Amino acid sequence: MAIVLGMFAVVLVLVVFAAMSFVGSEPATVDFASGHHGGSVTLVAQTDGAVGTGAHPTWVSYQVKTPSTHKWVHTTLWQLPEHTKINVTIYQFDSGGPLRNQHWGQVTGTDGTTATRTTGTTFKIINGTTSKTPIGHTFTVPALGINVPLMGVTTSKKNFCTSGPCTPTKQLNHKVTFSFTTPGPGNYHFQCFIPCGAGHVFGNGGPMQTLGYMGGFLEVMA
Amino acid sequence: MSLDIAPPPDRIGVVEPPTRGPLARRPAWLSQHIGTAAIGAVAGYALGHYLGNTIASGYVHVQTAAENDLAVVLGLALGVVGWLLGIGVFNYPIAKMFGRKPAEVPEAANWTRYVRMSLDHKTVGLQYLIAVFTFLFTGGLLAMAIRTELLSPTSHIYGPGTYISIVGEHGTIMMMMASSLVVGPLGNWLVPLMIGSRRMAFPRIEAASFWIFSSGYFVILTALPLGGFPTGWTGYAPLQTQADVGMDAYLVGFFVIGTGMILAGFNLLVTVIHYRAPGLTWGRVPVFVWSIIATSALLALATPTLAVACYFGILDRTATTQLYVNIHGGNSYLWEDLFWFFGHPEVYIMALPGFGIVAEILPVFTRKPLFGYRVATAGMIGVALLSFFVWQHHLFQSGIDPAMRPLFMLTTELISIPTGFIYLVGMGTLWKAKIRFEVPMLFALALYFNFLLGGVSGVFLSDVPVNVTVHGGFFVLSHFHYTIMGGLVFGFFAGVYYWTPKLTGKMLNKKLGKLHFWAMFIFFNLTFFPMFLIGLFDQPRRVFEYANRLQTLNDFASVCAFLLGASFLIFVVNFVWSVFINPVATAPANPWGSKGLEWQTPTPVPPYNFERIPVVLSDPYTYGEVGAPPVADLTGAAFATVGAPPRPVDGGSGAHTYPPAGGPGQDQ
Amino acid sequence: MSQVVGGDGAVGSVPVDEQGGRRPNHVWRIVGIWVVLSVVGDLVFWFVAGPHVPPGTMTTTASGAQFDFNVLFVVALPVILGVWTYLVYAIVMWRASRWVGEGDPVRGPTARSNLKVQVAWIVTTTITVLAMFVFGTVELIVPAGAGGAEGPNPVWTPASKSILPIQVIAQQWQFTYRYPTFGGMETNNLIVPNDTTIAFHVTSLDVIHSFWAYQLGVKADANPSVDDVAYTKTRQTGTVTIRCSELCGIWHGAMFDYGKVVSKAEFMKWGIATEKALAANTKNLPPFAWTYVPDANGASGVYADTSGQAPYSKTQKYGATKAAQKIVKSPTTVTTTATATSSTATATSATTSTATSAIRKLTRQASGTTL
Repeated sequence: MAIVLGMFAVVLVLVVFAAMSFVGSEPATVDFASGHHGGSVTLVAQTDGAVGTGAHPTWVSYQVKTPSTHKWVHTTLWQLPEHTKINVTIYQFDSGGPLRNQHWGQVTGTDGTTATRTTGTTFKIINGTTSKTPIGHTFTVPALGINVPLMGVTTSKKNFCTSGPCTPTKQLNHKVTFSFTTPGPGNYHFQCFIPCGAGHVFGNGGPMQTLGYMGGFLEVMA
Repeated sequence: MSLDIAPPPDRIGVVEPPTRGPLARRPAWLSQHIGTAAIGAVAGYALGHYLGNTIASGYVHVQTAAENDLAVVLGLALGVVGWLLGIGVFNYPIAKMFGRKPAEVPEAANWTRYVRMSLDHKTVGLQYLIAVFTFLFTGGLLAMAIRTELLSPTSHIYGPGTYISIVGEHGTIMMMMASSLVVGPLGNWLVPLMIGSRRMAFPRIEAASFWIFSSGYFVILTALPLGGFPTGWTGYAPLQTQADVGMDAYLVGFFVIGTGMILAGFNLLVTVIHYRAPGLTWGRVPVFVWSIIATSALLALATPTLAVACYFGILDRTATTQLYVNIHGGNSYLWEDLFWFFGHPEVYIMALPGFGIVAEILPVFTRKPLFGYRVATAGMIGVALLSFFVWQHHLFQSGIDPAMRPLFMLTTELISIPTGFIYLVGMGTLWKAKIRFEVPMLFALALYFNFLLGGVSGVFLSDVPVNVTVHGGFFVLSHFHYTIMGGLVFGFFAGVYYWTPKLTGKMLNKKLGKLHFWAMFIFFNLTFFPMFLIGLFDQPRRVFEYANRLQTLNDFASVCAFLLGASFLIFVVNFVWSVFINPVATAPANPWGSKGLEWQTPTPVPPYNFERIPVVLSDPYTYGEVGAPPVADLTGAAFATVGAPPRPVDGGSGAHTYPPAGGPGQDQ
Repeated sequence: MSQVVGGDGAVGSVPVDEQGGRRPNHVWRIVGIWVVLSVVGDLVFWFVAGPHVPPGTMTTTASGAQFDFNVLFVVALPVILGVWTYLVYAIVMWRASRWVGEGDPVRGPTARSNLKVQVAWIVTTTITVLAMFVFGTVELIVPAGAGGAEGPNPVWTPASKSILPIQVIAQQWQFTYRYPTFGGMETNNLIVPNDTTIAFHVTSLDVIHSFWAYQLGVKADANPSVDDVAYTKTRQTGTVTIRCSELCGIWHGAMFDYGKVVSKAEFMKWGIATEKALAANTKNLPPFAWTYVPDANGASGVYADTSGQAPYSKTQKYGATKAAQKIVKSPTTVTTTATATSSTATATSATTSTATSAIRKLTRQASGTTL
C-alpha cells in the first residue's frame, strides 16, 4: 500500500514538474526601461520570415536589439519606461501579402499619425489589397490604438534574408520608423493583424498565438 | 422474476470451444503490470510518431506550419494501444483469436494487484479511486494556478498562451475526472454488492474501462509539453482547427476517455439489469443504484456523440476535411451542437450520482425510511431523459434559429421539476428525523445547500433575456462549479467518508473529517459566491485581464480558493493516517448501523462477495419500521420463498408487526 | 435510557418537545419564518439592489434584462429561503441529541410517502416553472429578441422603421465596426446615437468570437460567414464596455474596447467627420457586405464579399488583388447611395432636427435594401 502511495506521489511530482517546466518556458524580457527617465528610448526590432531558429524555425518572428549589448534577441517581451517617447525602427525582412482587413493598412496612434519609410518619406496608409504594395506584418497595440503596417519585400531578390537574425545592412528589407509615447504602467499586448501563421487555418495559429513570435507585451514600467 | 443468479466463478454451464490447450503461465519476470504498460505506451507513441511523420511530412500545411498533427495523433493513439497491450487488456481476445485457452492469472494477494489488470470489481474500484484522486488533485493544482494569475488585473505571472492552456487543462481534466468520479470508484465497487452479485457482467471490459480511463490522464497531460491548447475544455472549432499540436492531445484524450466512459456505462447497465439477486425487484433497488442506472444510460448513449465530434476534429486537423470550417462546406455550429449534445447529458452524468449518494446516506443518518422512493427514481430518470433535449441553451447567443430559443428555454426550465424531486425526497426524509451529524451526513446536507444555488442560478441562465448578460461570463462559471463541485464533489466526499470503512476496513478520523468538511464548505462558498457577482459585473470567462474595479472581489475569491485547496490536504492527511498508518481504527462491519446490503457483508469483503447469493427481502430503508424483515437473507434459508411476495419476517425486535400497507412491500 | 412508546404504540424514540402530549406545529413555524424572511428579502432586493442590477438601463434590452433578473430573483429568493429555512429548522429541531429514547423513530407509513405532499410539490414546481417560461418568452419577444443574437434571419424585429445598422467585424483579436450608412467606413470606435434603434450585424473573419456590449445589454456570437443580428434601442448616453465573451485564442482576455452612446447631433457630427477622415481607407475596403470570406488556408487573404462567388471556383484566390474589387454588383448600391446621402447631410449642417431626420433617412435606406 505504501508503495502504491509512493507511486501516486511520484506521479504527482512528475505532473507538477511538467507543469512548472511548461510555465517556465516563456521567452526572455528585454529591458528598455531602466536608466531612462525622461528623454526618449530607441527601440530597434526586425520581423523575420520563416528563417528563425529554435523550437519553430519556420515560424515568423520578431527579433529585438538589446539596448545594452546591441545583440538581436528572439523575444516579444519589451519593458518600456512610462510616459516616454519611444522611437521605433523596424526592419521588415519578410515577404508580404494582402491584408485580411484593410483597416490595418492605416497608420494610427503614432506621433503625427505617420510612419517613415527607408526613403525618408512619411506615409499614413498602405493599400493592402493590391499586390503592388504587399504587407508583411503589422505592428499593432490595440489598447493604445497604435497600428503600423510594415511592407513586405520581394522573395525573388538575391539578397532576400534566408537565415535569421537578418542583417539590415546586407539583406533586403523595408525600414519603417515611427515614434509613440508610452502611457502609465501596465501590460499592453501587441500583435500582428496580417494572417502570417502559415499552415494554420485562417493563418492565425502558431506564431500568431505564441509569445516570442508575433505576439508580445509592451511592459510599461513605473 | 426469474432466478438470475450471477454465474459462479468456475463458469458452470459455459461450454468452452475445443482449444489447443491452455497457454503456459508466464514466468514472473514476464508478468504484466503498470511498468510494462508504460513501456508499451512509450513504444506505441514512438511507432505512431514515426508512422505519422512517414505518411504526412510532405503535406503542404505540415511543411509550412512545421506541426505534424498526424504524427502526434497516431503517436498518442498507438501509445494508448501500447498501454493497453502492456497491461494485458488484449491478452484474452488475442488468445481466443488464435484458438488458445487464455492463461488464468490469479489475483495477486498483496498490493501489486492494484498495479495490474484485475478482474475483481473491488480492486478496479480502488484503482479508480486512486485515479480520480490523481485527476482531482492535478486539476485542483491547475485551479490554484488560475487563481494565482487572477490576483492581478493587468500584471501577469504566465504568458497568455500558458494561462489559456492551464485553464483548458483544468477544465478538461476536471470534466474527465467528474464524469467517472462516482461511477468509477463507487459504482464499480458498490453496485455488485448492493445488488447481491458476485461480479460485474463483463469483468474484462470493466478492467479495460479503467485502464483506458487512466491512459486518458497521460494523454491529456501531454498537451502541456506539446504546447498546450487555446480552446478551454469546450474546444470550439474553428479555433480548435487552428490550434497547434497540443490540441491533438485534447481531441485524442477526450476520445479515449469517452471510449472508457461508454464501456463503463454499458457494463454497469447490463450488470444492474441482469445480475440482481433474487428478490431484488425494481422497487427495492437502492436509490444509489438507480442513480447509477440513469448515469450509465447517459454514458452509453451520449458519449458516442463526443467520440464522433472528436473524431471529426482529428480528421479536420490531420486529413484537412474541414468539417468545422465554414469556408469549405463545413460548419462551425457542427462542433457546438455535437459537443453540447454530449455536453449537457454529461452535466447530469456528473450530477446524478451525487444525488444518488445523498439519497442513500440520508436514511442511515436520519434513522427513517427514504421519503418518496418512487419520486426519487422518477426524478433521476426524468432528469436523464430531459437532459437530451436541452443542449441548445448553450447556444442561445450563437445565432441559432431564434425560434429555437423559447423551446429550449422551456425544456431547460422543465428539468428543474425532476431535479426538485431530489429536494422533496431529501426534505421529506429529514422531516421529524433523528439526525446524526456524522461526517458523511454533513457532506450530504451540504450538497442540498450548495446545489440549490447552482440549480436556481441555472434558471437565470435558462431565461434568454438574462442569459444575454450572464452567458459566457463568471456567472456561468460559478453556476456550474456550484452544481458540479458543490453537488457532485460534496456528494462524492459524503460517499467516501461513508463507504471507506467498507472499502478499506478502516474508519476515517471523525475530527479531521469534520475539520475537512467545515473548511471545504466555508471556503467553497466564499470562493464561488463572489464569482456570481464578478460575472454580473462583466468579467468573461477565461480572461487573463479584467477590469481594475473587480480586483478586490477576484483577490478575495483567489485567497478563498487557496484555502479551499488547502482543505483537501486535511482530507489527504486524514486518509493516509487512518488507512495506512493508524493501526487501531479498524472498522466494524457495519459502523453506521446501515440496512444496506453492502453493509451486511463481512469486512474485508471476501473475493466473491457473498458465500451464497443473497435473497433480498426488502428495500434497504426500513429504519424504524417495527417488524420489517432484514434487507436480505444471506444464509439461504429464504431461498424457497423467492418468487412469492415477500412476507414480513419477524425482525426479532418486538412483538409488534408493522402493517403491510405501509411496510416494506409498498414500493414493489 | 428507557424506551418510549411512540405514537402508534411501537417501540422507538421521540423528540424532546413531543413528550407529554405537546405537539408543536412544525409546519406553521417553518412557514412563518419563511414568509417573514421571503417578504423582507424580496422587498429589500427589489427596492435597494434591484435598480442597480447589471446591465443597467442604458437601452431597452438592458432594462429588459434587469427587470427580468429582478423578477426571477424575487421568485428564486423564496425558493432558496424556503429550503434553507427547512434545512436549518430540521438541523436544529431534529438532531439526535434532542431525542429521548433508544432506537429508531417510528414514524408510520407517511415516512415513506405522502401523496398530498408529493402532488402539492409537483404541482407547485410545475406551475412556477411554466409561469417563468411564459414570462421569459414574453420578455424575449417584446424588446425584439432581448438583445440576444437572432442569427441571419431574425424572427422578432423592432417595430421602428428607422433602424441604424452597424456591422461588428470580429477578428483575432479586435473588434472593428463598419457603418454602411456612412459610406461603409470601418473604424475601431463604436459610437452609437442615443434614442435610436440599432441593429448589430455581427460577423467574424476567422474563429468564433462573441460581441458583448455590456451596458447595451447586447450579446451575439461572431461566427465566420454568418451575419448574426441583435437589436437594441438606446435610451441614455454614456460609456459602453465591449468584451469578447467567447474564447478565441491567446489574446481573448485582451480583446476589449470601449464604445460610447452620444446624442444624435454629436453622432452625426462624428459620423460625417470620421467618414471624411477615413475616406482614403474606405475606398480600399471591399464593398460593404453582411459577411466576408476570409481565406481559410493560411498566411494570406483579404476579406471579400461572399455574394457572387462560387465556394469552390477555381479562380477563388482571396489573396489576390482583384477579388474584392470585382464583386461589386448589389452591395455597392447601398454604399454609394449612403455616401451620397451623408454628404447631403454635411451640406445641410448638423442641427439636431436635421441630423435626426438625416439619420432616419439613412437608416431607412439601409434597412430598406438590406433588412
